[in-house]
Amino acid sequence: MDALYGYMLYGISLATMGGIYAVLTLGLNVQWGFAGLFNAGIAGFFGIGAYTTAILTTSATHRHIGGFEMPYIVGFLAAMLICGVIAYLVGKVCLRLRSDYLAIATIGIAEIFRLILKNETWATNGPRGVSEIPKPFEHWPEPWNQFGFLLLVLVVVAIVYVLVEVARKSPWGRVMTAIRENEPSAKAAGKNVENFRMEGFVIGCMIMALAGALMAHYLKFVDPNATDPLLATFLVWVMLIVGGSANNKGAILGAFLMWVVWSATEIVTSRLPDELAIRAAYIRIFLIGLMLQIFLQKFPQGILPEKRPDVAKSNGNAETKMAD
Amino acid sequence: MLRVEGLNKQFGGLQAVRDCSFKIAEGTITGLIGPNGAGKTTTFNMIAGELAPTSGRIIYQGEDIAGLPTHQMFHRGIVRTFQIPHEFAKMTVLENLMVVPPSQPGEHIFNNWINPKAVKAREEEVRDKAETALEFLSISHLRDERAGNLSGGQKKLLELGRTMMTDAKLVLLDEPGAGVNPTLVLKIIDMISQLKAERGYTFCIIEHDMDLIASLCDPVIVLAEGTVLTEGTMDEVRANAEVLDAYLGGGEEDDE
Repeated sequence: MDALYGYMLYGISLATMGGIYAVLTLGLNVQWGFAGLFNAGIAGFFGIGAYTTAILTTSATHRHIGGFEMPYIVGFLAAMLICGVIAYLVGKVCLRLRSDYLAIATIGIAEIFRLILKNETWATNGPRGVSEIPKPFEHWPEPWNQFGFLLLVLVVVAIVYVLVEVARKSPWGRVMTAIRENEPSAKAAGKNVENFRMEGFVIGCMIMALAGALMAHYLKFVDPNATDPLLATFLVWVMLIVGGSANNKGAILGAFLMWVVWSATEIVTSRLPDELAIRAAYIRIFLIGLMLQIFLQKFPQGILPEKRPDVAKSNGNAETKMAD
Repeated sequence: MLRVEGLNKQFGGLQAVRDCSFKIAEGTITGLIGPNGAGKTTTFNMIAGELAPTSGRIIYQGEDIAGLPTHQMFHRGIVRTFQIPHEFAKMTVLENLMVVPPSQPGEHIFNNWINPKAVKAREEEVRDKAETALEFLSISHLRDERAGNLSGGQKKLLELGRTMMTDAKLVLLDEPGAGVNPTLVLKIIDMISQLKAERGYTFCIIEHDMDLIASLCDPVIVLAEGTVLTEGTMDEVRANAEVLDAYLGGGEEDDE
């Protein structure tokens, strides 16, 4: 019975983390899947979101700035807002770069964020991080508190999915895809490409910040390792590519699937003999890389490939009456 | 309608366009011909805003528009097509056209979330317009096909179709007949004259197909080495010795 209960809690934590990654992957999908923006600095925006809400919602402390005991909703909104402003400034500098250069620039920017979070001890408590972050429903009895938080995460995933899916099917999403497919032609069609790319970039980063905020409240703790590029950038890319870029359902599927795989590799590598266990961290990365290879061989477009929205046929002039 | 004055474009050490001046009068179909490397497409790119001229002026409806970005040229009614079709490959043929019309409410992301009704109403208009264009081009049956799967000729038609999705005034066609079979070229010629008659477009056409130029264009401007060699009706141009030498073929060879 106890074992079963343990499995259930493990299942809830898998689903919760999967859900947080789903939000993150949806954010990346807006940038890469819709607009073709190669953001390799996801971790930085994720970290900004996590720290913003952490500083706003913790109770007063001398360890870091803040401790304002704000409600959660303020923490979430502020995380998105502040990240949006920072993304706008980053975008002003970087978005004119072509895709591969944009990737390099965003890696650099994420590293800058990470070093700031690590070294500005007065503001962030440095490497020791921000602890005692309140967690929604934490006063509920076990396991309902865990269920409550899972539900919150799933509701956020659902809301983000609906908003992003509406955007994808809209004329806005159509322009984004056009820019991704052929920039000169989108310009020739009168679209202000720079503005549209900025919108995609900022909205994507705001969604990433929301995921960061969820993670901070879930773990009740955030330190500069939250901006570890392996977990918060590389893994997210794998999720989107495996799930199917430009497909929001694919992004969510990829997030849950790859999180389960990632967690399973932990179980596998923890059973290894001692002399290999030291290297387990690298074996996990290797296994993820291998999975990516296998999936891409089988599903070059991801498990759920991009689907264009249906455009209803008009009822009227359906007949072709063109005289050649 | 449009006057190009002393236009220059330098790419490093290469002067692609050199002190080039000509006029496109309203209601004409002006042909732009000349050998490869004469600066035709570069001139187009400058008029369409894709390249900023090194120096010179482009006067359009009394205003110097040289150096403005492409999307602003578009909103002034200057629309261009590409020599190599620039379709949105993964989007459907219909979407390729529906993306073009300017100021769609749904292009503002918030409208889709807070005012979906207005978006939908406009969307239906845009779709009808796109379907009309597809009918005109007789490619309605390809409506839901991904544009990347079309044949070369069909892509050329799609390029032409994009110019029909906005209130264009000056349409710049870059080799509408290149790589297109002769029957389809005849159809395209038909379509261009129909668009001119029905919608009052002014055209400027770059083309190497002399039949297309001869049957549509008056006047014809000949460019060579980045500058205007001569200008006139097709017959005048054909009779010009310099043009024969530079482009249409020397005297000792057969007729073109």
